[in-house]
Amino acid sequence: MINILAPVTQIGAATLATLRAAGAVAIFGGRALAAMLTPPYFFGQLARQLLRIGYFSIPVVGLTAIFTGAALALNIYVGGARFNAEAFVPNIVVIGITRELGPVLAALMLAGRVSAAIAAEIGTMRVTEQLDALNTLSTNPYKYLIAPRILAGVIALPLLVAVADVIGVMGGFVVSTQSLGFNGAVYVKNTLDFVTTGDVVSGIIKAGVFGFLLTLMGCYHGFTSKGGAQGVGRATTNAVVSAAILIFASNYMLTTVLTQAFGE
Amino acid sequence: MSAAAKISVAGLTKSFGAKRVLDGVDVDVARGESLVIIGGSGTGKSVTLKCMLGLMRPDRGSIKIDGVETVGVSQRDRMRLMTKFGMLFQGGALFDSLPIWENVGFRLLYADRVARKIARVQAIEALERVNLNESVADLRPAELSGGMQKRVALARAVVAKPEIIFFDEPTTGLDPITADVINDLIVHVVKGLGATAVSITHDMASARKIADDIAMIHDGKIIWRGAADAIDRSGDPYVEQFIHGRADGPIKVDARRERA
Ligand SMILES: Nc1ncnc2c1ncn2[C@@H]1O[C@H](COP(=O)(O)OP(=O)(O)OP(=O)(O)O)[C@@H](O)[C@H]1O
Ligand SMILES: [Mg+2]
Repeated sequence: MINILAPVTQIGAATLATLRAAGAVAIFGGRALAAMLTPPYFFGQLARQLLRIGYFSIPVVGLTAIFTGAALALNIYVGGARFNAEAFVPNIVVIGITRELGPVLAALMLAGRVSAAIAAEIGTMRVTEQLDALNTLSTNPYKYLIAPRILAGVIALPLLVAVADVIGVMGGFVVSTQSLGFNGAVYVKNTLDFVTTGDVVSGIIKAGVFGFLLTLMGCYHGFTSKGGAQGVGRATTNAVVSAAILIFASNYMLTTVLTQAFGE
Repeated sequence: MSAAAKISVAGLTKSFGAKRVLDGVDVDVARGESLVIIGGSGTGKSVTLKCMLGLMRPDRGSIKIDGVETVGVSQRDRMRLMTKFGMLFQGGALFDSLPIWENVGFRLLYADRVARKIARVQAIEALERVNLNESVADLRPAELSGGMQKRVALARAVVAKPEIIFFDEPTTGLDPITADVINDLIVHVVKGLGATAVSITHDMASARKIADDIAMIHDGKIIWRGAADAIDRSGDPYVEQFIHGRADGPIKVDARRERA
């Protein structure tokens, strides 16, 4: 017999599971925040994570930005030519990079690079009882492990996106001047005249939020992993997937809010 | 008795899903006493230690340290309580991203905020007490043999001179000579520090050497407890079977469950 209520039950169960997970993440995030705000502080750990999450991600983010900027310029040139608007390439490249592609693509690359690494590292510590050992050594794992990583994400992402903005615009500049026949000085002047503080700042704000979300996902899934090597593998996958989804979803919401705040 | 006890456990119960692992464990450990808990694999020995340490929350029961209830205390009080404890984990649980000396000196460095130079000196002293020398100080845990890792974990457990030390299978997986060295070290550090110790072992030679008292856990309860030298005259069929390692007797080993 077919139970006609089965799909409804399934949706209900899935909804409850999602709510429960959201609650657990919220509690975890709250603890992490409390750990960040109260001593003792682990500045050495913060410095190490800034290096790992920020500094060592510069090549990845830089490469992503330069190719994206270059491709964007080509596409806008082709699209713009359909209504004689090719001249707007510098304007649209800088808007596209600073408001949207810089923060989103940098964050996605870091979800792969950083969320995964954090989840694997903390997950391994969980299954080998290193987290328990931390506790027995009178060290709060939220303060020693979680807080420095999340803080480093919130600090590093905006800086990385600032770098991505410059490099992305450069990518567009190189293609436009080398193969689309733009004059270099005019391209730069158009870019700088057009871009507003709001464009850059809204992208930077997004980056801070993405940095929080992607490190939080790495920490949460690693911290709650169980069941040996397989469990760590699952934690790593979940960290990357959930970080990516949260980045896309929050990007839409942030764009809605930030376009209101910073106008057109 | 419980007024003088350093650790006093009563009615400790813990289940995982439908499986009841601890079913009313009662055990007292006097100040300066060394208690060894023996029992079959999977009978909840490690779970008992983790409850005592506060790493796991029991379903029911009371755990008093120095006469003060510790079940359900705040995170802050728990951290303060932890400063009394040292723990040697069954698997070592060394921090693989840190060099050996930082592992050993971790508590000094990060909880007590001792200067790195001083912490390093103390860590190396602790390593020497477990017969390891300075040459391992800058290696990573993965570069050491299992026995050496165990000794490093032992050094880490005792470096801050805890009042209560827990050892979870300190000699498992070691050759008999190294195992005996570890036994001597345990006796030495426990007596030397005047600490209270609770150890878990399957190794009867080790139990006889390090225990004042031995307790046997079976079916979620302590079924026998007595002085270490009385274990051969326990008259308890479970204890008899365990210490002689016989396959037949009242303890039934379910081979299928053991594999699961
Ligand atoms: N975190 C956990 N989640 C679910 N079950 C657990 C957990 N920890 C322990 N158990 C179960 O509790 C039982 C007792 O485990 P415990 O580790 O205490 O055994 P043990 O007496 O230390 O055995 P051994 O001598 O093999 O180390 C086991 O059946 C184990 O499957
Ligand atoms: Mg065990």
